[in-house]
Order: sequence, then C-alpha cells, then structure tokens
Amino acid sequence: MTEPGKVRLSIDGKEIETSAKATVLDAAKQAGIHIPTLCADDQLAPYAGCRLCIVEIEKMRGLPPSCATNVAEGMVVRTNTPELHRVRKMLMEMLLSDHPYDCLACAKNLHCELQKMAEEFGIRERKLRHLTRESVLDESNAFYSRDMTKCVLCAKCVRACKEINGVTAIDLSGRGFNSIVQPFGDGPISESVCESCGECVERCPTAALSIKKQVWPDKEVSTICPYCGTGCGILLGIKDGKIVGVRGDKNNPVSRGQLCVKGRFGAFEFIGHPARLKKPLLKKNGEFVEASWPEALDYMAEKLKPYIGADRFAALSSAKCTNEENYLMQKFARAVMKTNNIDHCARLCHASTVAGLADSFGSGAMTNSIDEFRDAELILVTGSNTTENHPIIGYRIREALRKGAKLIVFDPRETWLANQAWLWCRQKPGTDVAWINGLIRIILKEGLENKKFISERTEGFEDLKKTVDKYTPEYVSKISGVPEEQLFQAARAYATAGKSSILYSMGITQHSHGTDNVQSLANLAMVCGQIGRAATGVNPLRGQNNVQGACDLGALPDVFPGYQKVADEALRKKFEDAWGVPLSSHPGLTIVEMLNAAADGKIKALYIMGENPLLSDPDLHHVEQGLKALDFLVVQDIFLTETAQLADLVLPSACFAEKEGTFTNTERRVQLLNKALDPPGEAKPDWEIICELADRLGYPMSYPDPAEIMEEARKLTPQYHGISHSRLKGGCDLCWPCPNQDHPGARILHQDRFTRGKGKFTAIEHLGPAELPDKQYPFTLITGRILYHFHTGTMTRKSAGLNQIVPGPYAELNPVDAKKMKVKNGDQLRVASRRGEIKVAARVTEVVNIGELFIPFHFYEGAANVLTNPALDPVAKIPEFKVCAVKVEKAAGEK
Amino acid sequence: MNEFPKILSANWGKPNSAGIETYLASGGYEAARKALGMEPAKVSQEVLDAGLRGRGGAGFPAGRKWTFMPKDNRPRYLCVNADEGEPGTFKDRDIMRFDPHMLIEGIIIACWAMQANNSYIYIRGEFEEPAKILEKAIQEANQKGFLGGKIFGKDFNLQVWVHRGAGAYICGEETSLIESLEGKRGNPRIRPPFPPQKGVFDQPTTVNNVETIASVPFIIREGIPAYRKFGTEKSPGTKLFSVSGHINKPGVYELPLGYPLMNFINEVAGGMIAGIKLKAVIPGGSSTPVLRAEECQNVNLDYESLAAAGSMLGSGAVTVIGEGTCMVKLLEILTHFYAHESCGQCTPCREGAPWAAQIAKRIHEGKAELNDIDVLSSLGANMMGRTICPLADAAACPIIDFPKKFREEFEAHIRNKGCPQAKPFPVEFK
Repeated sequence: MTEPGKVRLSIDGKEIETSAKATVLDAAKQAGIHIPTLCADDQLAPYAGCRLCIVEIEKMRGLPPSCATNVAEGMVVRTNTPELHRVRKMLMEMLLSDHPYDCLACAKNLHCELQKMAEEFGIRERKLRHLTRESVLDESNAFYSRDMTKCVLCAKCVRACKEINGVTAIDLSGRGFNSIVQPFGDGPISESVCESCGECVERCPTAALSIKKQVWPDKEVSTICPYCGTGCGILLGIKDGKIVGVRGDKNNPVSRGQLCVKGRFGAFEFIGHPARLKKPLLKKNGEFVEASWPEALDYMAEKLKPYIGADRFAALSSAKCTNEENYLMQKFARAVMKTNNIDHCARLCHASTVAGLADSFGSGAMTNSIDEFRDAELILVTGSNTTENHPIIGYRIREALRKGAKLIVFDPRETWLANQAWLWCRQKPGTDVAWINGLIRIILKEGLENKKFISERTEGFEDLKKTVDKYTPEYVSKISGVPEEQLFQAARAYATAGKSSILYSMGITQHSHGTDNVQSLANLAMVCGQIGRAATGVNPLRGQNNVQGACDLGALPDVFPGYQKVADEALRKKFEDAWGVPLSSHPGLTIVEMLNAAADGKIKALYIMGENPLLSDPDLHHVEQGLKALDFLVVQDIFLTETAQLADLVLPSACFAEKEGTFTNTERRVQLLNKALDPPGEAKPDWEIICELADRLGYPMSYPDPAEIMEEARKLTPQYHGISHSRLKGGCDLCWPCPNQDHPGARILHQDRFTRGKGKFTAIEHLGPAELPDKQYPFTLITGRILYHFHTGTMTRKSAGLNQIVPGPYAELNPVDAKKMKVKNGDQLRVASRRGEIKVAARVTEVVNIGELFIPFHFYEGAANVLTNPALDPVAKIPEFKVCAVKVEKAAGEK
Repeated sequence: MNEFPKILSANWGKPNSAGIETYLASGGYEAARKALGMEPAKVSQEVLDAGLRGRGGAGFPAGRKWTFMPKDNRPRYLCVNADEGEPGTFKDRDIMRFDPHMLIEGIIIACWAMQANNSYIYIRGEFEEPAKILEKAIQEANQKGFLGGKIFGKDFNLQVWVHRGAGAYICGEETSLIESLEGKRGNPRIRPPFPPQKGVFDQPTTVNNVETIASVPFIIREGIPAYRKFGTEKSPGTKLFSVSGHINKPGVYELPLGYPLMNFINEVAGGMIAGIKLKAVIPGGSSTPVLRAEECQNVNLDYESLAAAGSMLGSGAVTVIGEGTCMVKLLEILTHFYAHESCGQCTPCREGAPWAAQIAKRIHEGKAELNDIDVLSSLGANMMGRTICPLADAAACPIIDFPKKFREEFEAHIRNKGCPQAKPFPVEFK
C-alpha cells in the first residue's frame, strides 16, 4: 500500500514512490534518472517549452513533457527509448541551428547547458543550415551582459524575474522565431526596473545572460550572507585562495538559493579589497603606524586597566559579528571590565522592538517565521521598505500577493510595496500611534475584535478600550493625514482576514516614541487575535545579519544573554557563578548615552568592535565631539572606517568569510558560518582578539574554537539551551526558543500562551515626533536604507558594480517642492537641520510626499546623520532617525 | 443564395438584418425566454441531445462541454471565440455582421445553462466592423432587458463584453485566448487544468465558437426534432461553409451537414473558375489535411465522411485549388503563415515552422536537394503532437501532407532547379 498523498509509479523499470503532487520529472530526478531539459527549474512553474524532457507514458497519447505531467498511481514511464532519443536529437539540432558557434570565446564555455546537451546527444555536425537570430549586445548592467543571439528561449529568466523576484523587468516580445527577451521598450536593461538580483543570470543555460567578471571557482563554501537580517545562504566561490563569486545556496531553508543584488554581486569584493586592515595600527603623533599584535594588545591592556570597575569604560559590540563574539564581548565588558556599559547598533534600529514586544508578549522578536508570509491572507506592512531592505522577504511577500493575499501598506513613502498594495495609506511621519489606535477603535466599534482571544489570553483590555475611544476616524485622519475611508477599509480587512500578519521595521521603531509604536501594533494584533497562529503575528524585520543574535547573546546594557536582567539578583548570581567574578548590578549606558557621556567626560575609554558610529549614529557632529573627548578609543574592524580614523588603536579583524561561528537571523533562526579563507595579513577573528586581550587583563579566556564558546553561552541562555554547533552541523534547522538538545526549535511564538503568560495591552496616547517642521526648518527628513547599499557603506561601497548603480548621496524631493525651488534632477541641494548641514544631489520623485525629504544614510560625503535628531525614546533609548526638521535650498551655482 | 434550410443565415438578406427589431420580428429572444424557464441542466441536455458539435474545428459536443463546469460557487465565464483567423475561414464574421442578436441570444441561453453571469466575446482585432455591430447589438439587448439584471424576470443577471484581440492567430486557441483576455501575452496554457477548472482569472470557463453558440437559439426554440431534421445522424443540423480559391462564387453558404462536397463545389458555389480542373481541396481550414481531386469525389461535408477520407470538417473553410497551382509555393505561403503566428514557446513549432518555410522556399526556388524533402517530412513529424497547443499540429499538417501527396511535384522542382511552371497560380486574384 502506498502512503496517503503518495503514489507509486515505474520509471524505466524502476519502482518509485513519490509525492502525488510531483511531476514525472521530479520523480525521475528523485530516483536518480536523468531526463534532459533546458527550461525546467525547481522553483519555477512548468513551462514545457523546450520539449527535451518528453517521455513515453503507457496509456497516454504522444510524448508528454515530464516537467508538466503529474505522476499517477501505476504510471509506467520510459525516459530513454530510441524514439525519444531521435526526437530529442532533432530538437537539439533545431536549437543549435540558430546558435552562434563561438564556444571557445564564450563566457559559458564548458559551463553551458546547451553545449553539454549537444554532447549528450552526440551531435557533431550541424544538419540544419544556419538561421541567425539578430540582437545587440547589452552591456549596460553593472554585473551581467545580455547577448540574446545565444538565447534558447527557455524563458527561465522571464519566469524567474516574474515568479521569484516579482519585478517583471523583462518579458518575451515578438513571437515565434522572432521571440526575444527584452526589457520594456527594448532599451538597455540598466534603464529598466531590473533590480540586478541575478536570479535570471543564475538560471540562464547559455551565455545569453552571463556575469561580466565570471571566474569559475575551484570550490564553494556555504555560509551566510553578511548583509541584512534575512540570513540568506550563500556559496562563496573560491579560486586560487580568492573569492571570485557568490551563488545562492539552494539548501538554505531561508533563501532556497535566491539572493538579492547585494548578496549575489556585492558580498565578496570587499573581502579581498586592498584597503582591508592587515596589521594593528597605533596612532603616534596623529599618524597611524603599524604595530605587532603583542605590542598592540599590551598597549591596549595597559590603557584599559585603570578603568576596570569604574564604569568609565564602555564597549560597542557588533551586529555584524557572530553570536559567539557578541557573547565574548559582553562577557569582556561585564566580567573583565566590571561594567554593564555594553551596547550595539540594535539600539539604533530595534531597541524599541526588543523593549516593546518583550513587555507586551514576553519576547522581543518576530513572532512568526519568514516563510509564513507566503500563506498570509493579509499582510500589513508599515515602516518597512521590504523589497529593498530585506529583498528575499520581499520575494515572500510578492509570492503571497501572487497567491491573492491582500496587502495594506502604511508608509509616508511610495515604496514598491505601497505601489502594489491593495490599500496604501500615506500617514504623516511620526503619527503611527494615532492611526493604530484609530484602527483599534473602528474594530471595537464594529464588533470585529476577537472577544474570546481578548478574554482568555490578554490583560489590560479595559484601559486600552478607554484610551482608544478618543481616536475617532475624524481625529485620526486630522493627525495622520490618512483619509477616514482608508482607516475603515484597513481596520475591517485586517480584523476579518483569516490570517493577518503585521510586518514592520524601522519606520516604526526609530522614533522618540518607538516603543509606543511597537506596543500599539502588538495591541492591534491581540485585539483581533491575529497572533499565535501560522501566518499571523507581529513581525519586526531586523536590519543586520546578526542583530537578533547580538541582542540574544546579551550585547545590551541592561540584560545578560537571554534577556536576563542584570538587576535581578538571582540571575546575576547565575552569571557570577558561571564566570567566577562579582558583576555590576546597575544597567549600563546605551549607545547615544555613552557618546553623550564621552562628550561630558564621564566615559574615558571606548572599545568599538565592528561598528561605525561616526556614520550610523544621530547628530554626527556631537558623536565626533564625544569620540574626540575620549582618553582612549580602540576600533576593531575590517576597514579603516570613519570612526577608526579617530581611534588611538585600530585592530584588524576577520570578516564573515574568514571565521566560524553562528548568526541568528530575524526569524530567530541560528545558522552556521563556514570559514572560506584565511584573514588577510595578520587580521584575526574578533573572538580571538577579545580572548587575548582578556588574558592580558588578568581574566584568562581560552576557547579552542567558536563551538566551545557557544557551549558556554547556550548553557546560560535559556532560548539557546538546545542550540549547539554540533546540532547545526548535523543539519538541524533551529529557531529559538530551543530549550533542550532534543527540541526542534520554534517557528511560531505565543501559540497557546504568551511567553510572559498573558498578552499585555498597553494603553498609549499619541505624542508625535520630538521635532516638527516649522517656519525655519519647513521640511520633514526621513532617513533609511536603499537596495544597492548597506548601512554605512563600509562593505557595499567597495563594490564597483553597486557604486556604478548608486554612486553617491542623494535626497528624494517631491516634484511640487522641486518646482517651487526650481530644482531639477541632479541639482545639488543644501540640506540643513539645527545640528548641521550636508550637500546632496536632488532626486526628484513622487516617492516622497510634498514637504518631506528622504536621504539614505550610507554615504560619508553626504551623511544624513549630520542632520538627524538624537532625541531618544524614553524606554528603549532609540534615537529618532525617521523624523527631524530640515530646510532645503538649491546650492547656488553648483550642479 | 441557395434553396437550403436556413437556421443561421435566415435573416441575412433582410434590410437592417443586424437590428434588434428585425431579429425580434423573426421570433428572436423567444428561445432565451423559453430557456430561462427551464432548469439549467435541462438546457445543456437539450443541446447535447440535439447533437450540436463545436463549429470552431474540433467538433466536440457543445452540451457536454457545458456540463464540465464545476458545481461550486466560484464566478464562471463563457468566452465566445470570435478570433476567426485560420486562412480560408470567414463564417463567424458574417454571423456577427448580419445577425449579431442570434449570437447574443445564444450567449444568454448558454450562460443560463452554465449559470455564468459574464460572457466575453473575444473578437479578432481586425474585425473592427463586426465588433462595432456587436457592441451596438449588446446595447440594444441591454435596453430591452435581455441583458443586465433580472433577465425575463428571473433572478439572473448577465453582462456581455466585447474584447478585441491584438492580431495574433494563436489567440484563437482557447487557453491563449484566455491569457490574452487577461491582458497577458497570448501563449497557451499547459493543460490540465482545463478551462472549466481554471480559466479566465483562474475561474471556471467555457470557450465556445461563435457559430456553435449561434446555433443554440434554434435548438431551444424549435426543439430537437426540428434541428435533427437537417444533417446526418451523427452530424445533425446545418453548418456555415466559407468557400474560397479557384471557384466562381466564393462566399459563405449554409448547408445541412452531410452535403456532398463535389455538389457544393460544382453547383452551390458555381463551379471552378475559368473552367479549370480541380486539383485539390483543403476542406476545413488550412490546418486540415489536403485532399487530392480524386479523394474528393465521394466525400460529404460532415464530421464522419471527412474523417473517413483522412481529413477533417474543421471550421468548414473549403479552399478549392485548381489545376496549375504550385503546391510547393502554396506550402511556402501556408508555412510562412504558421511560422509568423507561432507564439515561440515550444521548440518544435518556433524552430520547425520557419525551417519548413525556408526549405519550401528553397525548393520552389530550385536551391534544394532531394534530401530536403525528407528533412521537411521529418520536421513535420517532429512538430505533430509535440507541443503544448495545436498550432504546431496545424502547421505540421501541410508540411507532412503536401510532400506526401504531391511528391512528384516537389521532386520536379529539385530536378528542374526551380518551379516547372511559369507562374505558381493559374489565376491571378485581385
């Protein structure tokens, strides 16, 4: 008997049991039987165009294509008969008849599927006379070339662009023999909506699409992408000790081989970049001189010793570093330097999530997993430009949309998702509590709330109900600028969909009331019971590859690893016992507080690992003052960043490709890194540097490898108890919480009960941003990231291709404002706030609203954070990056 | 016109035949009123029992096709295929030009039978005049309350939309038609799922030819025996034939099915032009196998007789080919058409059709070798049944048959190093 959902069939005499949903091609592949094909792809819908995968099936007419024929019980399939061979050979002859014969000079020579297929069929001569396909070579894209004379019209590129990425930059035009893959209007691909994700290039069987700097690697090492929090699997291609390229890792459960432009084309050039730091640098008389490791570390130990136990030392850990390194860094601060002054850039992105969701639910992380977005019936996206900043998560949303999900976007900017949304509400920046309260009020007034969920699983509902009562549609519309009708539509759709998922990012968190925003979203989800089930929940998308892990492992001033409060005596005792030293009980300073304290002379020594506050933090002039006021600044990084240039000592570290360890992605999934290369020069992994330093400060740290560090960390971190390197190496796919070594991990949080017991409603009043536009500074500035660069550009701006696409800073300006100011696209603007002034090029676009300005913060030469307001959220201490008041004028006489 | 019974073309000669008043005067919309008083399933059964077969080419029983629509609550659609584009076929055009209300009444009945509330008439882009006539007729029907809400007082509403194609023959294939209707490139869909499961906008859909639907009102109004009075047992009723080629009176004729082909050519259509002899007939549109003159002698115009002769009734487009026609040139022209109209998805069609056209041209120009005839045949064999949709089959048909049935002529071109005739066609058409 076959299992339910399975069928048995015979292929070439081999009995196979497979899923009833499989195609004959899938079944054959599973049984190790080769069927030739050029157009079939695991991740794309069947196309059945090349016809090479035809088979003979008993009781079926003709020669059905195996890629588009479903298996059936008792089916008898033959894949390799003389007739099939004859037909396939004829097909190959047809395909070859219009293919240029320049194999020796071709980028895909020896890697071309058409070439392999010709060999398979033993084709040695061209039987049909030559028909030519005419096309112009398109070299306009920064990363790949398009030569449509080599196209076999398998349409994998077109389908990948549509089915995986979703931008549909290319399509087939013309028909029959004159079919050709083109961007809209047949212009250069660089002028199309192409996002250069390379899903097409990856799939092209010939050199119709080829990578410009293609070097075929000798071996590939599977590891995790170093950019955003999605945690995509990448294969680093290595040849002669150098990384020569990146491919998606199909075995990675998050990305399944899919990548964005940064991951595929921008994640390796920086690794072997000549500007990498190779030796420790000591500043002597204002100049850096190279030093040996013992010299550098002895010096550092000497300088830090006086600050032990005095809370005048602070450390910045890094969301770019591994879990193990973050664990060690916080241990270093706490056990060696006896201070809780440890923080990292999560403070700047999702501190309000960590604080807010922990208070509302008991866990400050995504409540559901990434793949679940595909199954949502409604997705409410707010404050997240997902398709640019978490592109692979963007793919999942696009998948959901194709399956018919409703998308509601609340965003001041017309992002790609806003443009595609069922409902796009353009709220004024900083009015989130108001619209969320407004939705809750409508839901309650219309009786759409989930009464059972509220009564059984939550507390504090009456207070919430009282508070939201004044947020009438009229009142909310006045505050937020969102039309009343849209508020009704959004509220009804969100509440009534079977599975509604909230997805947000820094548009929600980076406010002086970020925690309020986050908790308001938590309120909304709980009122409707849209949490604790598959494809629902409240889902913050974390910005950095390991920002989740850095928080989890305690690189925060108020908590030990696992969010265990330093102020809690019992918990502190646990760590004192484990680490064998007494520990400080009062929470330390957060990033912005540290830099303020430095400016005030209260912090004297700062140890920065893998962060660049001189570009990433608000009010950069003030940051610079703080850094310059320090007695001793150490920066440990892979490049001489803007911050490192101010340091007294610079330590060269290994990048992600040069070390082992784990990253935790935004859905709490812990993934292993694999070392692909040795670090350049004398650079060392961060964990080794910390250990050697600790030794010198009288607290020996000795670990043979990161796996051992994790062994120590996981025992102290309840969420990570069951997560070890050996389990991960064994193929376990683990999302925390994972309480023991047999536990499979958890995709969905708060299923039967909230982590804190009952979900907590928080009654919140709308307060508004700390700084609003006025006569003097009439514009609202929004800052953020873009698809083609990452964070402070330390890594992406080493990529020639990414720089070709976006070479420098710019400000998005609405055409209405541009017209008033007589500004044209590309004109230089002078943008000033109360804190400073920068010059950037104007990009005139309706993406931003009238009176608003958007500037990405990646660029040192037009650093948006010179302008931003360091006003802090009172709970999470996150600065208000998303709203500040600026004035804009055309920079006279400059282009 | 002839003395044969008129079902489809009854109103064609009348003044203002396309107007609703003319149609009403001839008992128009009575069938729809009657149908809406019947159980929907009963309507399908009547059409099935009348033996009405699809007039687009495939000849599938229309009533049965309607019963494939799933019994669920999804919205459902009737698509009327008015993308008449096969060389030689021009019968639907005249239904739409001269009696659009007969089609609209058929749509009402079919939609009632399938409980569809929306119907699209997908009309060939070049049919600008028929499209305008249809739109006017729909407007008239709406004004009279035959379309819209509460038709004949029933809780049934129906909207009919005219959708003009953009000039691709492939969109006459039902799944390409659906893709095109959705605003996409007209490529065929892989089946299964078939349109009744997943058609327009992924909803249950039936696609019927114009003539098929236009035949329905008579069946409902007059009853099965009245319909079965015409035609043969297995091919009941009448059919429109569009005749073209070397014939004295080309045009559209309504005949009872089963009418002898030679009588049609020699009597009804006025005989061969300029007294030349008959060489061959393509009896059902260019995608049906060609018959040599001697094969035509005892053939009747119905599904079974033509199938027995090795061809098909197809769309009823009879192309009459006179002696003195170069079959190589004709093949080149036909194959060029299919190469031009292939969507390009399947290798055999995309590559095979232009290859065949090129070889036919080469043979005609005397630049070919004997071996090219075999390459032609093997190309045809590799196209037939090897693709997603039947366009390649249609293209392959002449590629296979012409060299087989007129091998002598093909070989003569090669021996002669060119066309043995001074001009490829015996008569110049204007």
